[in-house]
Amino acid sequence: MASKRFLYVNRKAPHGTIYALESLEVVLIGAAFEQDVSLAFIDDGVYQLMRNQDTAAIGSKNFSPTFRALGDYDVSKIYVEHESLEMRGLSKDDLMPLTYEDEDDDWAEKDSIHVVSSAELAEIIEQQDVILDF
Amino acid sequence: MSVLHIVNKSPYDRNSLDTCLRLARADAAILLIEDGIYAVQKNAAASEKMRQALGRHPIYALQPDLRARGIDPDNMIEGISLVDYDGFVKLTTEYDKLQSWL
Repeated sequence: MASKRFLYVNRKAPHGTIYALESLEVVLIGAAFEQDVSLAFIDDGVYQLMRNQDTAAIGSKNFSPTFRALGDYDVSKIYVEHESLEMRGLSKDDLMPLTYEDEDDDWAEKDSIHVVSSAELAEIIEQQDVILDF
Repeated sequence: MSVLHIVNKSPYDRNSLDTCLRLARADAAILLIEDGIYAVQKNAAASEKMRQALGRHPIYALQPDLRARGIDPDNMIEGISLVDYDGFVKLTTEYDKLQSWL
């Protein structure tokens, strides 16, 4: 079966609703099928990648460390919309570092997160076969 | 008499904060909880309206919700007070009425 290009679009903040956790679980399950997977974080979705999330005092599961497993599943294309970060007073430094090991480059550790403009993201969306929204 | 307004929605996802600020009287206080706490961030699109609101109302934010979302208190707009769960309960006793802008 030819591999398809899948884009998972994340637009919800992490803890107020179940969307973010459900999306991450679907991504990890889908990654096992060796498809070409990209993730986009737009609007309040950018909050999912904030560093130093600590949910101990609100009694809910902190799934944010799970994003770090994406690199091990060959999910290395994580696109964050610049305009969404800027509107929220955030920059890439506010996000957790996410990396993968590039097998085509002697397993060098590389950055998975790419901050892109709206125009660049529109182009990425255009290139996909399947788009799943959360 | 005075009302404690509670906002639990992100200012970038819903209009709850806008409507709350439009309708809150000058003697009212605002408490941000859950996704409402995203309004505390400085240098953001909602910062200016928050600064204006701070001229009219005491504004509180629930610290455990801030921490859960990885917001650094150093990046909060100046003048917003953090409260813990005990502080939340105390606030609810200090105001006559509560309004939750769901």
